[in-house]
Amino acid sequence: MSEDGHDTSYVKVWMVLVGLLIVSIVGPMFEIQAVTLVTAFGVAVVKAFLVAKYFMHLTVQPRFVVYIVCGCLAMMVVFWAGVAPDVYKWEGVNWKKEHVIQEPAGDSHSDLLGDPADRHDRPRT
Amino acid sequence: MRPIANTRSAAGIPTGRLAVWWVVGSEIVIFGGLLVAYIMYRLSHPEWAGHAANTNVVAGGLNTLILLSSSLSAVLAHQAAERGDGPRAARLLGLTILGALGFLTVKSIEWTMEIQHGFTITANSFWSFYYTAAGIHGLHVIAGAIIMAIVARDAREGRELHRVELIGIYWHFVDLVWIFLFPLLYIAK
Repeated sequence: MSEDGHDTSYVKVWMVLVGLLIVSIVGPMFEIQAVTLVTAFGVAVVKAFLVAKYFMHLTVQPRFVVYIVCGCLAMMVVFWAGVAPDVYKWEGVNWKKEHVIQEPAGDSHSDLLGDPADRHDRPRT
Repeated sequence: MRPIANTRSAAGIPTGRLAVWWVVGSEIVIFGGLLVAYIMYRLSHPEWAGHAANTNVVAGGLNTLILLSSSLSAVLAHQAAERGDGPRAARLLGLTILGALGFLTVKSIEWTMEIQHGFTITANSFWSFYYTAAGIHGLHVIAGAIIMAIVARDAREGRELHRVELIGIYWHFVDLVWIFLFPLLYIAK
């Protein structure tokens, strides 16, 4: 490919990215959850792929560079997997969140993790 | 004086580039942990949708456009550096720095308006996440702009042109982080 051809291809990738940005803004305006998920987050993944592939040239790096990146992503997943059970399991895993368990159902989430502005002062047992 | 090694014979990749990829890897863990924590809290808090409705989508979208465009100028600067055209690489890096300044300007205006409306970092957990995530990202933008200015200064004189690619990889990663921050903080309502 000629040097100008490279310029053109980068500009084309940028134009696609801008198009996807517009989709990610317009899509959620329909206020349909599935459409929002696809247009906002699905499109974000596609945009990230395009940036990594064409701008960062990740796919032409030595394979171990890809392993470094994927390894760090895997570390993130491990962190999440280690923390998530304690976050989501309200009766606790390694401890009991007694003040949460005693709250009426539906109010406990916001009390444990919720906003200070929304939080009620409740005695903790 | 011994020259600084710039190529790993075993890895077959310049040392600087390898180092930048390690930096990117560590940043993935930093930002990834923050974003995953945000997602976990967000799923546990439907009321955060109401808080997110107060973010400025126009400002967030404009900043996304600015970062995407600055990524384009960064990759074109890399291309110019590969051709040995230092002055053009420096000019394109200058454009990228302008993008960084534009991003920070929009962010400053946006934050000023939000703080004036009472949406401060202590208002509630959503805004704590919002300012922490966007603030750490903003610090990376500032750091990138400073490093780019140094690289551009050398590139203008045709020196250390390989660094143009290195700062480009970092800058694209900063762009990439924002690509995920934008829907999480601005779109998901």
